[in-house]
Amino acid sequence: MKPAAFDYHRPGSLADALSLLESFADDAKVIAGGQSLGPMMNMRLAQPQHLIDLNGLTELAGIRETADALVIGAMTRHHDVATSAIVRAACPLLADAVATVGHYAIRQRGTLGGSLVHADPAAQIPLAAVTLGATVEIAGARGTREAQAADFIESVMTTDLAAHEMVTAVRFPKSGVAQGHGFEIMTRRHGDFAIVACAVAIELDGDIIRALRIGLGGVSDKPVLLEQLAAQFCGEARHADLAQRIGAAAAAAIDPEDSAEISSTFRREVALVLTRRAVEQALGRAGH
Amino acid sequence: MDKNNLLLKINGATYEVRCEARKLLSDAIREDCGLTGTHVGCEHGVCGACTVLLDGRPARACLTYAAQADVMEITTIEAIAQGEQLSPLQQAMHECHGLQCGFCTPGIVMTFEAYLRECPDPTEAQVRDVLSGNLCRCTGYQNIVRAILLAAARIREGGSHVAA
Repeated sequence: MKPAAFDYHRPGSLADALSLLESFADDAKVIAGGQSLGPMMNMRLAQPQHLIDLNGLTELAGIRETADALVIGAMTRHHDVATSAIVRAACPLLADAVATVGHYAIRQRGTLGGSLVHADPAAQIPLAAVTLGATVEIAGARGTREAQAADFIESVMTTDLAAHEMVTAVRFPKSGVAQGHGFEIMTRRHGDFAIVACAVAIELDGDIIRALRIGLGGVSDKPVLLEQLAAQFCGEARHADLAQRIGAAAAAAIDPEDSAEISSTFRREVALVLTRRAVEQALGRAGH
Repeated sequence: MDKNNLLLKINGATYEVRCEARKLLSDAIREDCGLTGTHVGCEHGVCGACTVLLDGRPARACLTYAAQADVMEITTIEAIAQGEQLSPLQQAMHECHGLQCGFCTPGIVMTFEAYLRECPDPTEAQVRDVLSGNLCRCTGYQNIVRAILLAAARIREGGSHVAA
C-alpha cells in the first residue's frame, strides 16, 4: 500500500502548473485534495511519473457570486462548499449533496474540482453538476475553454479533459426563488459511494410544474440527466401521487448494470424510492 | 530515486527528514520523527486511524505525502494531553470505556478535537455522522459516542485539561 516512485512538483502559480503539465503530459497527474488519487496511487492503480501538487494555488480556491451564477474554484474543499452560507442560499442542492461526500476528515481535504475530474459514476459532485447544468471552466497552456458538465463527463472516470488541461472552476446557475430541491442517497455504509443517488430541482408556477430537472447517480457509467422524462411532467399540477409517478417513470427510464453484489432490479427499485423522496422534498420546498 | 530534505513542523517542533517524494506523511511521522502515536491501518483513507491535523483541520496522513506537508503545521495525538493531564475528550474516552485495544483511538481523538471546536454542542446524530469516518472493531461505538458527548458538555462548561 505504498505508492510507486514519482517526482514531486509544487508550482506557485497556475501558469507554472500548466507549463509543467504541458511538458509532462501523459506522464503527469495533478493532485488536488488527494482523497481519490491518493488511494489509487497507494494501491498502484495510478503510477504517475510526475505529481503536480495544486495545493499552493490559492487562486483556485474560493466561492463567489455573479448575477446569475455561483463560481466555485476547483481547489475549494468540500467542507467549505458544504458549510458556505453563499452556497446554501444560492445553490442549496449543491450544499446538500456535498455534505454527504465521504467523511468529515475527507471533506476537509477533498476538492470540488478533484471530485468532478475523478468522475466516479456514483459520486455526488458530478451528479450535482450534471443535474444543475453547471459549466466547467478549463485551462491549458494553450488557452482556456468551457464545457457543459454533462458533456465534460464522458464515462467511468473519463472526462474530455486533455492531458495538458485542468479544471480551474465550476459555475453553477443560481436557484430561482420559486425553485425547490431534493437530494437523496443510499449507501451500503455511511460515507461510501452511492448505490443510487438522486438530485431533483423543481420550479413551480403556483401549483403547476414549470421546470423539472432529475439526475440519477450510480445507475450508469456517468450521471444520468432525465431530460425527456422531466419534460413530460412539466405543465402538470402538484397532486398526491405525482412524486410516485415520477419515481416510477425514472426507474423505468434507466438501465442499471446487473452485478453479483447489486442486481439491476434492486438498483431500479432504489432509484424509484429515492426519486420519489427527492421530488417530495423539492415540492415541499418549492414556491416558499 | 532521489531523496529530498524536508523540514516538518509537528506539534510546534521542527523535524529534519530526508525521504523520497513518495513517502507517506503517516510513515514519515512514525519512522522518521519517532512519533508512533499516529497509527496506520488501511493506508487508503478508509479506516481513519492515521488522522492528524494539517493546519488545524483533520486529514488522513496516509493520503498526504511528507513532501506536501513541509508547508503545513502538523498536529498529532502526542500534542493533545498536556504532560500527564488528559484533554477533556481523552479523559471522557477513559471514563466511558471508549476504547478497548486503542488502535483506532488516536484517529478518533484527532478528528473530534477538531470537530468539537467547530461544533461545540453536537447532537448524537451529528457525532455518529462524523464518527462514521473512523473504524473501530472493538467497542461497537456506543461508548465512544457517550464519551464524545460527555467531553462536549464538559468543554462547554469551561473544562480544559483535567488531571488523569
